[in-house]
Amino acid sequence: MIPSSFEYRRASSLAEAITMLGEGGDDAKLLAGGHSLLPLMKLRLASPTVLVDIGRLRELSYVRDGGDHLAVGALTRHADVHNSDVVGREVPLLAHVAGQIGDPQVRHRGTIGGSIAHGDPASDLPAVCLALRATLLLAGPSGERQVPAIEFFTGFLETALARDEVLTEIRFPKLGGARWSFQKFNVRAQDWAIVGVAAVRNGSAGVALVNMADRPVLATGVEAALAAGASPEEAAAHASDGLEPPSDVRASGEYRRHLATVLVRRALEEAGA
Amino acid sequence: MRVSLTVNGKLRESEVEPRLLLVHFLRDVLGLTGTNIGCDTSSCGACTVLIGGDSVKSCTMLAVQADGTEITTIEGLAGEALHPVQEAFRQNHGLQCGYCTPGMVMAAASLLAEQPHPSEEEVRAGLEGNLCRCTGYHNIVKSVLAAADMAPVPAPAVAS
Ligand SMILES: Cc1cc2nc3c(=O)[nH]c(=O)nc-3n(C[C@H](O)[C@H](O)[C@H](O)COP(=O)(O)OP(=O)(O)OC[C@H]3O[C@@H](n4cnc5c(N)ncnc54)[C@H](O)[C@@H]3O)c2cc1C
Ligand code: FES
Ligand code: FES
Repeated sequence: MIPSSFEYRRASSLAEAITMLGEGGDDAKLLAGGHSLLPLMKLRLASPTVLVDIGRLRELSYVRDGGDHLAVGALTRHADVHNSDVVGREVPLLAHVAGQIGDPQVRHRGTIGGSIAHGDPASDLPAVCLALRATLLLAGPSGERQVPAIEFFTGFLETALARDEVLTEIRFPKLGGARWSFQKFNVRAQDWAIVGVAAVRNGSAGVALVNMADRPVLATGVEAALAAGASPEEAAAHASDGLEPPSDVRASGEYRRHLATVLVRRALEEAGA
Repeated sequence: MRVSLTVNGKLRESEVEPRLLLVHFLRDVLGLTGTNIGCDTSSCGACTVLIGGDSVKSCTMLAVQADGTEITTIEGLAGEALHPVQEAFRQNHGLQCGYCTPGMVMAAASLLAEQPHPSEEEVRAGLEGNLCRCTGYHNIVKSVLAAADMAPVPAPAVAS
């Protein structure tokens, strides 16, 4: 399978990437690791006319200690997030989940920024961003802005990113010993989750879901029940409150509702909620 | 667009269409047909090559993305003697039809460079990106464990 033709432009700086996106018009797209975009292009489900390759912007591949948070550059690959000592120490949920994505080959190429910017409800890292209340840094022609992760995902593969903006950094609050859990239910080892749950107990509880709606979502019913003192089992009964989980070849929406209840209970038991 | 990359230690230059996939560049432009195409949908790992020593699925990368990199394919893995992973596959009958084998060997070489002494469970997890339609996983895992015992596994040649 061969993608349709496009113009290829390689950015050598963030500023150049933003300019190239602006010049590229409506059908220009950024290319990071290419592990979500290229499969779609090969199937001709995406046919951008201009690809702006940001894969070489090594200055956007880093993990920095920001005091109360860790700042992770958008071009940091899953394998590097997984193997980072400081991520393992300060935000172990993130290090763990990065190691659960796909397979080693996928983790050698895919980036954290691409995973989040793609806005795929089936992806694992958006749930981590939501549960931890991460903050995203977006850069565009008129400067930089910060968007809370809980406001970032706006629809199926839709996000708060403007057409000419680049996600540059994700800030994760340090866990500081808080307990956490990640539950991923899939059939084949390398697959996406049929349903996944990221949970953290950090004073208040953060609980987010993979593949339970048209976008990555918080389990707001579960969070509210926990705040009101519910047990894990009672709270888990609210796993799909207000959600319309998708039906596809791998599972019906009804099955996903059932799974979400089971996985949220397990996650809350493990995170000690 | 003009690309220039080092494949199995040799500098190769070519004019390519941006949409040319790396696997097609290796097979059709360079004639290195040891790298197989299995699924063409990023799942099976038959097309695995090493880029800077890391395993990558070459059906899920553009040739232009590989510009300037160091690539090792199955043809370039052996030196004077077979690479330990190749030798171990031979000794332990780590293949049946052989279709998945180039990808398995490259994925295993990358795994052992990262984790020189993996447990059986770590080998199975480390090969999760590679499917064997003959389902000969048992001897494949045995081969990788045997290769680890043959160490030292030399890191695949990378110039920079
Ligand atoms: C076989 C396979 C299995 C996988 N399994 C999983 C899994 O289990 N869990 C999971 O979560 N993911 C999985 N993935 C997806 C993988 O994690 C991708 O790497 C990731 O979703 C996208 O990252 P990327 O760098 O490859 O982005 P790309 O494919 O390059 O880009 C994806 C999209 O985001 C945009 N984009 C990229 N970077 C930026 C940026 N910095 N700013 C703004 N927009 C940007 C692009 O324009 C594009 O629209 C799998 C992929 C494959 C091929
Ligand atoms: S051909 Fe590339 S993963 Fe199957
Ligand atoms: S040996 Fe036949 S596909 Fe693996």
